Amino acid sequence: MDAGFAYAWLVPALPLLSFAIVGLFIAPRSRQAAGLVATASVLAATVIAVIIAAQYYVAFPSGGDAIIAWSFAWLEYAPGLTATIGVLLDPISVLLLVVVTVVSLLVHIYSLGYMADDPGSGRYFTFLNLFTFSMLGLVVAPNILQMFICWELVGVSSFLLIGYYYQKPSAVAASKKAFIVTRFADVFFLIGILLLGYQGFQVAATVGVPDGMQVFDFLFLTAPSTVGALGDASLLTIAMVLVFIGAAGKSAMFPLHIWLPDAMEGPTPVSALIHAATMVVAGIYLVARLFPAFAGSADALSVAMIVGAFTCLFAAVIACTQNDIKRVLAFSTLSQLGYMMFALGVATLASPLGYAASLFHLFTHAFFKALLFLGAGAVIHAVHSNSIWEMGGLARRMPVTHVTFLIATLAIAGLPPLAGFFSKDLILAAALVNHHPVVFAVGLLVAALTAFYMGRIYIVAFLGKARSDSAEKAHEASPVMLAPLLILAVLSLGAGFIPVTEFVGLPSDSGHDHHGPAWLPYVATAAGLAGLLIAWVIYRRPTEGEAEATGWRVVLQRQFYSNEVYLFVTKRIIFPFVSAPIAWFDRHVVDGAVNLTGNLTRWSGIVLSRLQTGQLQTYATWFVGGVVVIGLLFWWWVR
Amino acid sequence: MSLVPGLEHWFILSTLFFAIGLYGVLSRRSAVGVLIGVELMLNSTALNFVIFNRYLATPFLDGAVMMIFVIAVAAAEAVLAMAIFVQIFRSRHSVDISTMTEMRY
Amino acid sequence: MGGPVTWLVILPLITALAILAVSSNRTHVFRWVALVGTGLHLLLTGFVTWQYWVQASRDGATTGDGLFTKLYLVERVPWFESLGIQYLVGVDGVSVAMIILTSIVIFCGVLVSWHVVERAKEFFALLLILVTGVFGVFVSFDLFLFFIFYELAVLPMYLLIGIWGTGPKEYSAMKLTIMLMASSALILVGILALHHGAPVPTFDLTQLAQHSYPLAFQSWVFPVIFIGFGVIGALYPFHTWSPDGHASAPTAVSMLHAGVLMKLGGYGALRVGIYLLPEGAKEWALVFMILTTINILYGALAAIRQKDLKYFTAYSSVSHCGFVLFGLVALNSIGIQGAVIQMFSHGIMTALFFALIGMVYGRTHTRMIPEMGGLGVRIPWLAACFYIGGLASLGLPGLFGFVAESHVFLGGFFGNPWIDTTLTRTLTIIATLSIVVTAVYVLRGLGTVFQGPLDEARFGHLTDATLTERLGSGILVAVLAIGGLVPFLFLDLISPSLVPFVERLGDALIRLGVL
Repeated sequence: MDAGFAYAWLVPALPLLSFAIVGLFIAPRSRQAAGLVATASVLAATVIAVIIAAQYYVAFPSGGDAIIAWSFAWLEYAPGLTATIGVLLDPISVLLLVVVTVVSLLVHIYSLGYMADDPGSGRYFTFLNLFTFSMLGLVVAPNILQMFICWELVGVSSFLLIGYYYQKPSAVAASKKAFIVTRFADVFFLIGILLLGYQGFQVAATVGVPDGMQVFDFLFLTAPSTVGALGDASLLTIAMVLVFIGAAGKSAMFPLHIWLPDAMEGPTPVSALIHAATMVVAGIYLVARLFPAFAGSADALSVAMIVGAFTCLFAAVIACTQNDIKRVLAFSTLSQLGYMMFALGVATLASPLGYAASLFHLFTHAFFKALLFLGAGAVIHAVHSNSIWEMGGLARRMPVTHVTFLIATLAIAGLPPLAGFFSKDLILAAALVNHHPVVFAVGLLVAALTAFYMGRIYIVAFLGKARSDSAEKAHEASPVMLAPLLILAVLSLGAGFIPVTEFVGLPSDSGHDHHGPAWLPYVATAAGLAGLLIAWVIYRRPTEGEAEATGWRVVLQRQFYSNEVYLFVTKRIIFPFVSAPIAWFDRHVVDGAVNLTGNLTRWSGIVLSRLQTGQLQTYATWFVGGVVVIGLLFWWWVR
Repeated sequence: MSLVPGLEHWFILSTLFFAIGLYGVLSRRSAVGVLIGVELMLNSTALNFVIFNRYLATPFLDGAVMMIFVIAVAAAEAVLAMAIFVQIFRSRHSVDISTMTEMRY
Repeated sequence: MGGPVTWLVILPLITALAILAVSSNRTHVFRWVALVGTGLHLLLTGFVTWQYWVQASRDGATTGDGLFTKLYLVERVPWFESLGIQYLVGVDGVSVAMIILTSIVIFCGVLVSWHVVERAKEFFALLLILVTGVFGVFVSFDLFLFFIFYELAVLPMYLLIGIWGTGPKEYSAMKLTIMLMASSALILVGILALHHGAPVPTFDLTQLAQHSYPLAFQSWVFPVIFIGFGVIGALYPFHTWSPDGHASAPTAVSMLHAGVLMKLGGYGALRVGIYLLPEGAKEWALVFMILTTINILYGALAAIRQKDLKYFTAYSSVSHCGFVLFGLVALNSIGIQGAVIQMFSHGIMTALFFALIGMVYGRTHTRMIPEMGGLGVRIPWLAACFYIGGLASLGLPGLFGFVAESHVFLGGFFGNPWIDTTLTRTLTIIATLSIVVTAVYVLRGLGTVFQGPLDEARFGHLTDATLTERLGSGILVAVLAIGGLVPFLFLDLISPSLVPFVERLGDALIRLGVL
């Protein structure tokens, strides 16, 4: 425990405290006060997080040790099997602390404007605080159980916030879907934890646990001796794949991605915070956290790489055909998460460029994607529609939003010198350096596709002329909403110059090539420009709308029917063919057996009561006969 | 061959009494007949007491005393039974027990 | 006269008698009597807990190992000495936990039954007599006494459901009573066998625990006792009394029944079955582990299809009570600890559910899920409580359910030396699937009732919870949250008392490391 950082527990604790106070006392009385208190608590947390980051960076300028800044035993399952609650500070958790607090703070501020007219905003800010607390708790988790706990809590805050408009059936359905799909993935995560806990306990029993560590601690689980022992028991791959499925659920990797596009039913700032910048990267963060363990199993990393690369391409293709601005951004998020995931998948312990690149991209993506969502939110607020075909010509009416949105678009398209360029370039380099040409090709193609679909929505929404009355009458958002946009725009411009990769480097790094070939930046930039150019060529004419999708474009627009497949499985198979028969079985077979016993007793009573004639002499005859029979038996037995 | 009855003869007699009484209890439709059967059975057991006393425990009188008890109980029982029959007869104008099935359930 | 534990048992009885003494016209008087009685009881429970804590930790400090495993606050009076029957009451950590649970549930039960009109006097009196039996079971350490109290707890249920119930109440009451009576016959057989097999004729649990029964004896008595207690603990396939019973019972009775009475099953199976017959438990653990896995998953899957809120909750109870028994037959310290926590957390959670269902039904006059919708706008308090209960039931960390379920899963996964660990792990993995099924039914059910558009014509006039209702449900919610946030307090209370159980199993605590 390092006293220098002991105050770090305040970062998650402040939003938690504010959640309790706002939820119980303030929100029912005044929603304005609720918003202000919630925002103030996050502001305080942000300040502390930045101080921690500065202090940590000064102490360990080029990547550093993991410090358990604060912890206590929360739940002792058995002697030697304790779940602690604590604060772990290491380069990636410090990085994420800053990202989460800053984005959360900006979203809180933005929401003060966005939700100003909503009568339920007290509830909204309560949930937002809950989310911020849970996410910060997840980031600083020193052990896998705290990670799981906060993992579930971010899941439930996401559920509550997606379903914020709870009278809207689509929002309710989306929130349920999000929770259940991620929960399904969490089952695998849980089984993975059980497996790791069990095996870790065995290792601890034979090798022993280092001082001050617990079985569930990441530092213990990723220690070479533990990883080696897991590998010897040939359980490493299966445990890591199980954990990866959990991560894939939260980070919406194919085929568990279906909840994320629907999650856009929530208020737009929520989408920016939870479903773009922070919660969805939890899966990436988990894999990065356990990276030394993942690196012990080439198969587990290959799974991450293949799933990541496929999701990256799959989502980018779908994003090109969506008409809802938030859905485009949602699929874009999926695609970018795919980038981060495959970057982790291509990394190895000896050559961990992908690891650093992934976290770098996570860092930059948080800013420009949050900016895109908040910009989209401002647009939706003004136009009252999500469809890009009801926007148009907004550049003149909403100049600030327009400029910031443009910056974010160029950043995600990977044009230098914006943030996305550096991180994406590094990911592509990592794929090349570690000899994965196919993945590199996919990454490059997706870079072009990203530029294309972003160009498409930018051009359709902001350029040309207004396509609807409300777009005609749109006006710029309030200053309280614009301020976060501007701050995020600055970050999107400059985040690429922050030397994140130096900071998060792994100690195992053997000094491999860190840059990839010299031609790479040009090719990547060219791909981005090509995508933008194609979008410009196709969408520059001010059309009224896109022609009705036909043929393969229907397939794309319906997202390869993945929702339909899930609906089919749940509504058409599980409910009627598993659940209903069980309910029927219970009522008619199990309970039938009970009723049958009861009825048999009754029937036998009815039958036997026939013997009861009421005739005294019949009874006496039976009695005498019985005595005679018993007497004979007795006689026979005695003899 | 002596004509003096032995233990077994007395036993046959009391068994006969018992069987006749039992037959009466099981077959008579009149309640009074049934009662007479019961009395016969009781008396056959009383007879048994006397027989055992006489042959197995000659110096004592326990069996004879028990017999007096049985006679007393039988008398009391007969009085009670007859009183019940009279009550039944008053309400039903018959003491045919084959019609008495009200207490079936 | 009498120590605190005796008072704990007879206070509800005195309250019941006091209620009966009040004239039935003065409706609000006996409500207050019941409330004051149960309130006093809550205080007394606090006192007993405190006493236990003080005495036990003093002992723990002197013995130096920090463990306190004895019985405390013991009262022992000979009763039928020739048969070895005595009045022996006392508490250990598990008893204290169960007593706290019962006190809270009955207090809240009285609060939410504030407006029972029909024959309210008899209702409260019977309720309190039932509670007397429940407390008696939790503090008795003489098996004969235990059985008497057990019967006392089960019997008033017949009248409570048969008179104040709804729907096919006679059928449900009859079914429930007959099934529970059949189970007590099994329990009686088991208890008499234990008495008979003991070296000295005694029913004293602490003495019986000194004795190791022969293996052949254990292997037939254990299933008899476990199934006997399993029926009231909703062991598959003997659970079907519970959905009908809960659905027909009035609110407070459902609360007590699902919240506390079903826990007698788990408690008895632990206290009598596993404690006295560890070898039998080892032999039969696999069979019961399979049955309880079915319980967990089957109850959850059946709950998806239920249209009636009470059946919905009842099947969810079947699933959650499966966790209790599953944890027990995992036969290691983690699993048993989990089972006890699950008893407590499920007791609070399901009491909350049934209380809320009663409140919702009192307003909407329907319990059919598809008929409702969007009620959250009109009754936000009830909706919030319902959601918190629902989240606790799907094992959300931060609420009590998670603490219990994580213990049970870990316990099942760690397994024990007497069953092939591959089997226990497979069963545990199957059981973990229930957390997603639970999420499905909880969110579907609650989503339909509280979210979506509101039928203004039908439900537009609803009003939110009254003061007593808020108090009743608020206490339960608070307990769920406190248990989930500071579980170590609860664990400190119960875990030392679980040591003797585990030690009799052959010290699985130590063996865990060398599996």
